[in-house]
Amino acid sequence: MAMTYVQKLLAKASGRPQTAVGNVLEPEVHLAMSHENGALVINQFAEIFQGTGREAKVWNPDRIALIFDHRVPAETAKTAGNQKKIREFAANQGIKKFHDVRGDVGGICHQILPENGYVRPGYVLVGTDSHTTTHGALGAFAFGIGATEMASVWTLGRILNVEVPGTIKVVVNGKFPEYVYPKDLILHLIGKISAQGANYKVLEFHGDTIRAMSTSGRLVICNMSVEAGATAGIVPPDEETRRYLREEAGVKEPLEIFGPDPDAVYERVVEIDASKLSPQIACPHTVDNVKPIDEVVGKKLNQIVIGSCTNGRLDDLEIAAKILKGRRVADGTRMLVFPASWRIYRKAMDLGFIQDLSQAGAVVCNPGCGPCLGIHQGALGDNEVALATTNRNFKGRMGNPKAEVYLCSPAVAAASAITGTITDPRAAMVGAKGAR
Amino acid sequence: MANIKVVLKLDDDISTDIIYPGRFMATVLPTETPQFAFADNAEFNGKLKAGKIPAGSAIVAGKNFGCGSSREQAVSCLKGYNLAIVARDISRIFLQSAINLGLNILICPGIEAAENDEIEIADGKIFNRTSGKNFPIEPLPKARQAIIDAGGLIPYTRRLLMASRS
Repeated sequence: MAMTYVQKLLAKASGRPQTAVGNVLEPEVHLAMSHENGALVINQFAEIFQGTGREAKVWNPDRIALIFDHRVPAETAKTAGNQKKIREFAANQGIKKFHDVRGDVGGICHQILPENGYVRPGYVLVGTDSHTTTHGALGAFAFGIGATEMASVWTLGRILNVEVPGTIKVVVNGKFPEYVYPKDLILHLIGKISAQGANYKVLEFHGDTIRAMSTSGRLVICNMSVEAGATAGIVPPDEETRRYLREEAGVKEPLEIFGPDPDAVYERVVEIDASKLSPQIACPHTVDNVKPIDEVVGKKLNQIVIGSCTNGRLDDLEIAAKILKGRRVADGTRMLVFPASWRIYRKAMDLGFIQDLSQAGAVVCNPGCGPCLGIHQGALGDNEVALATTNRNFKGRMGNPKAEVYLCSPAVAAASAITGTITDPRAAMVGAKGAR
Repeated sequence: MANIKVVLKLDDDISTDIIYPGRFMATVLPTETPQFAFADNAEFNGKLKAGKIPAGSAIVAGKNFGCGSSREQAVSCLKGYNLAIVARDISRIFLQSAINLGLNILICPGIEAAENDEIEIADGKIFNRTSGKNFPIEPLPKARQAIIDAGGLIPYTRRLLMASRS
């Protein structure tokens, strides 16, 4: 029987010749990732072992990653306590994929995993973070789970009762127009199929636009697949996957590159012509409230945020730096930049992007989740409006239920910083020197 | 079967940011998370904290309840008040975590109910006593039945641990 990518992957991970949608499996887990909420996983893990007379040891420390990103450096004693607990746990259990608050190896989990070569095609990857879908960009079946589920994974080394999901095939063809990016594509798709459109399904991305897309862009579309409700987003791996893992992530081991069967059965096929897309904006207070930029141009902004696990990569910072170089963030508007990792931060320093952004008036903060989920820095005041390259705009998301968050690409965010209102980069950059 | 009061009626796509706002995420203990349940809904949060919502009361929601972040606090905060969640459907991670922690969830695709309605659960149906209408309940995923029967994922995993690492 012909299989989709995830059917094939789950067959391999479960030691079966094939799988069908709805089969219940307990696949081996290749990587289990947690961030600061590892503190809760540790509690649940200890509870599993309570009264068993056994030593509470994880099944395989080499397959667990612990990364601090949500609140770095710690903003309260409580957070510092959670981080301390995780730090001690990592040391006691011998977990080496531990990324502390550090300027050399630190960063956001969904960048740290790919850039360190922790993700491979064919992996079953679970994380106590809904944006774990990001890692489908490298051909992993990667999905978010709760903390108790993770405690079970740490104990057993497999994930219980996984139903093989149906797959929606998304076929994207055509070349992006200037100032249109993978972020606009995924926002458009979420708007088209809705926040529930892929519930309990996998989004499998195909087409010449996807094949031509860099891993950085693929990470964006898989990151936000969860905003359509998808269990996972997946780009079947190819030469670009191999290039990224070899050249950027330093992976030396053999890679298992495979694709879905050509006659695999999909629940639905969604076709998108990338050449017809314009910059897209997700309006308050849901990610699927997506409009072409023309409908919201001119909206006054108090804060611009560039960064996060969605759009804090080097190419994102480059786009923003090129637009802002020699220009100035509008008075009355704050611009915050959060590179996705310190590796990216340092490259952006070498290339002068940090200098350009800072001179334009942007506050370049340390890599981390920043204001995306309203718990660390960059909270909004009452009735303030933010435009962000992050992935969620739910009420209260940026720390204040009386504020509004709009979502966009780095180009729209940078162009809007200059005017202090939502601005179409295509119009703003006509004839501009130094812009792409 | 006892009557259950609907204490909160919600729309579609209620995210975990609404149920448990991100700014309280450093709080993880199930004994401490309930104080922040629906923290941005001051009226409902106030009633919960004042003990004015009897255990077993129901929240009725639309489709895709619990979407967004995987934060388990969104489940444990509701479990702390022993609330029942009746929703047209439930987002994947929230559903799994609810089963894992033993939160009472009922998937009822056609449910229609307003705040203060009295509902009754019996024979795979929800009977809205106020409107006089019946709504069938969809069974929870069969794949997860063993976890439900074991009383949650912690005892279930403990049992598998004892069997596997002997």
